[in-house]
Amino acid sequence: MKKTANYAAKTREIVKKHGGDKGALIAVLQDIQEAFNYLPKGAMITVSTMMGIPASRVYEVATFYNAFSLNPRGKHIVKICVGTACHVRGASAILDKFEQKLLIKPGETNQDQKFTLELVNCVGACALGPVVVIDTEYHGQMTINKVDKIINEMNKEGAQQ
Amino acid sequence: MVNMIIDGKNVSAPKDSMLLEVIRGAGISVPTLCAHESVSRSGACRLCVVEIKKGNRTRIVTSCLYGAEEGLIVNTKSDRVLNVRRLVMELLLARCPESEVLQNLAKEMGVEAQTRFVADSDKGKCILCRSCVRVCEEVVGVSAIGLFARGSRKTVGTPFMEQSDACIGCGACVYVCPTNHIVMISTGDKRKIWGRKFKMQDCSKCGKFFAPVDQLKFISKKTGTSMEDLSVCTECR
Amino acid sequence: MTKITSAQALRQVQEDLKKNFDPSKKLVTICAGTGCRGYGCMKVKEELEAEIKKQNMDVEVRATGCFGFCEKGPLVIVHPEKVFYQQVKVKDVADIIGKTVATGEVVEKLLYRDPNTNQTVLREEDVPFYKKQNRLVFGQNGLIDPTRIEDYLILGGYSALAKTLSDFTPEGVISEVKKAGLRGRGGGGFQAGVKWEGSRKAHGEPKYVIANGDEGDPGAYMDRSLMEGNPHSVLEGMAIGAYAIGASEGYIYVRHEYPLAVLHLTMAIAAAKEAGLLGKNILGTNFSFDIHINKGGGAFVCGESSALFASIEGRAGEPRAKYIHAVERGLWDKPTVLNNVETWANVPLIINKGADWYASIGTEGSKGTKIFSLVGKINNTGLIEVPMGITLREIVYDMGGGIPKGRKFKAVQTGGPSGGCIPESLLDLPVDFDKLYEVGSMMGSGGMIVMDDKSCMVDVARYFLNFLQEESCGKCVPCREGVRRMREILDDICSGKGREGDVELLEHLSIGVADGSLCALGGSAPNPVLSTIKYFREEYDAHIKEHRCPAGVCKALITYSIDAEECTGCTLCSKVCPVDAISGEKKKAHKIDNEKCTRCGACIESCKFDAILVK
Repeated sequence: MKKTANYAAKTREIVKKHGGDKGALIAVLQDIQEAFNYLPKGAMITVSTMMGIPASRVYEVATFYNAFSLNPRGKHIVKICVGTACHVRGASAILDKFEQKLLIKPGETNQDQKFTLELVNCVGACALGPVVVIDTEYHGQMTINKVDKIINEMNKEGAQQ
Repeated sequence: MVNMIIDGKNVSAPKDSMLLEVIRGAGISVPTLCAHESVSRSGACRLCVVEIKKGNRTRIVTSCLYGAEEGLIVNTKSDRVLNVRRLVMELLLARCPESEVLQNLAKEMGVEAQTRFVADSDKGKCILCRSCVRVCEEVVGVSAIGLFARGSRKTVGTPFMEQSDACIGCGACVYVCPTNHIVMISTGDKRKIWGRKFKMQDCSKCGKFFAPVDQLKFISKKTGTSMEDLSVCTECR
Repeated sequence: MTKITSAQALRQVQEDLKKNFDPSKKLVTICAGTGCRGYGCMKVKEELEAEIKKQNMDVEVRATGCFGFCEKGPLVIVHPEKVFYQQVKVKDVADIIGKTVATGEVVEKLLYRDPNTNQTVLREEDVPFYKKQNRLVFGQNGLIDPTRIEDYLILGGYSALAKTLSDFTPEGVISEVKKAGLRGRGGGGFQAGVKWEGSRKAHGEPKYVIANGDEGDPGAYMDRSLMEGNPHSVLEGMAIGAYAIGASEGYIYVRHEYPLAVLHLTMAIAAAKEAGLLGKNILGTNFSFDIHINKGGGAFVCGESSALFASIEGRAGEPRAKYIHAVERGLWDKPTVLNNVETWANVPLIINKGADWYASIGTEGSKGTKIFSLVGKINNTGLIEVPMGITLREIVYDMGGGIPKGRKFKAVQTGGPSGGCIPESLLDLPVDFDKLYEVGSMMGSGGMIVMDDKSCMVDVARYFLNFLQEESCGKCVPCREGVRRMREILDDICSGKGREGDVELLEHLSIGVADGSLCALGGSAPNPVLSTIKYFREEYDAHIKEHRCPAGVCKALITYSIDAEECTGCTLCSKVCPVDAISGEKKKAHKIDNEKCTRCGACIESCKFDAILVK
């Protein structure tokens, strides 16, 4: 219950910051996603009521754009670049390996909420390709065998904490 | 008035008319699935395409959205036009193999299902023409349904795919749906649509259940008419 | 910065900045574009600053926009000698400061070494990658700290805007841009001046100018590098355009994956406003113009103008039928000029140097320069700015340095998902808008993805159709359903289930999808399929008729084996194999069990003797 109340307060603050202009819907949702790491349903309903935009239209926008996630995401976001340059340099083999290692498909979060796997169409760091961005860190010239190393290290860090 | 040539015939039409009406007015049939008279047009189904020629340039346009223009040469049955229409029908037949409406239209147009496509089993009869979404927004004014996701995952439904509070159970979406995809079941004092049950109002004169209470409440609020006055069915009014 | 209230005052500010700048003073510039940040350049920058402090030196370290030579980042230049260092690591900093900055001594091991001559190269401009470039738009990137307006002003920044406001009527600007022959750098290549004229003449107030920075083509990142590295050039171009069409408001629509571009643009707008170069009564004239930033939501289709407007208006980015042009009814149904970032950045150049000068660069139908991102299977990945008309061969071999590991060039893909694949036989094609279109591709925003003999062209076609199916807005039937069906057929072909007649069916579907789709996304979606069929038909046939993937990419059609001659029995491959498909004794040739093998590629990666064969 408390969590819902927090969502509402923060959401109201974000909507107010944007001045209630209907054109700001995408920016409002982006800010909400930044605050909560995803778009909670309650927040979308608050946005709909406060901005006078039907819930169906808010949901349309939330489901249309890639930037939005309707489910809570993991502690670490693993973004596999699947741009053309990375593709011809073998990105799909890297993706396969991450899927096997984390036991999730793109868009999913693993059971302990530690990793979310996402695809990105190009991060424009083509010289580093195939490239994987984990949180804000770029892992360039990725290889299948590097995947184990990276994830194992991250899992170790978590265990120590 | 503007003068055009449609399939070789001279046709004149009011300046602000759309080609679709002008062509049909000239006695030429053009198939459509998404242009419903109650709602604004989107050009989603692409069945009404025609080939137009302006100067030396020819192009394919949707006649439902292209305005009449002086000197335009319109071909409604060129190879390019028929090819697009056939493709659209093949694609829709593969998407909605159960739809009788589509099957009949395809037969009329002489189009058969493309066997190389694997027919879908999860799309129902919905061709995503958007008439339901538009009627709900533009005519009913509640925007209870919308178009979610994008690309081949696009779907029509209520927000969050849950029962919608905004829906008044009026059934306008059912009325405009060209393929009978939207299911509405009315039995006695209950109506079910979009996964939600509605209580029906009985006519204070004849006792017949005639409209969802939520719809009458919505009208009452919008027009200021009392619920008492609204509780009489159209036949008894 | 205090408000600049006239063209004269602007000149004074520029003069003062120049006067206070000592060209003989040491300056260290470091490329701080997203690519180099990926290499960890910001740590190098911190180390440079720390070392300078430690040595008690008075030297500026300037984190600038992208230099372009991404392959060799992080990149550092020591001025005024302009010594060019590449692949600089934190541990190299002591040498750079202690030697080059302190005494002028060059650190040989950090210089670029030309692989053909094995000679080191001292200066950036002498590196083969840069030699044939003409960096008119992109060149200032490496000199400017994009967070400081002064760095732009000292290079003559905003002079074109001042000149516009004092010397040109709006119609005069339009005729200058038309005369220059500037074509839109975002895809279609429409004449910018004609667009502006249409909007100027259109009825309706207010009018808008928009910069499209949504850069959706995978493999293209020149717009990001401009927004990140030289944001004021984009703002200045937009202000000139706004004056020409009579707009007082503008928007920059930036891809949400470009946080640094958003940050630098935001700072640049604030600085320009403070300096009186944006906002009310710019440079003391009656002209007022303000710019807002919109972050895109992540949808390729928003590169299409009407979808982009819908997105700025806060709706899902679905295109609408454009029988009335955006120049008349665009954003909020008002007259709107939408140009991409690079197009806007060209505008100050045209005003400063004149239409005749501009039109003297390039080809008959395509004027000026174009920035390309040269990526994929290429030795020198990076951004290059070249005059229109340069050949693909010069780009791939002279600047790009050819294909890595001595492999064979197969194709270059241009124009993003709407473009096509160009084969080796067309390498001498002069690159411009029209020539690329003639061979079944297009300019797009300037992505060039190089492919070698290990790239499967059917897989590439499938990749693009998959991309387009995901990115289609889903509104109209031919694009939503047709692209999906085409992709399904390509999936079948790649997995050995292709049928006789599939290629002809794909060609046939292509015509209907292209003709029938509502917007350019669907209209050009078949291009990757058509161009690969046209130039690489034999690869399709090999997949369908022989169940063979000649490039060794399509997993269902290949098998792995171990070359007993080459295998030393080091056992590494058997250790990395995730499914235990490799067996063998130490120091003896190993074997792969094809029943178990998933063809994941881990063994190939680990083998130091190239003993794993793919057939």
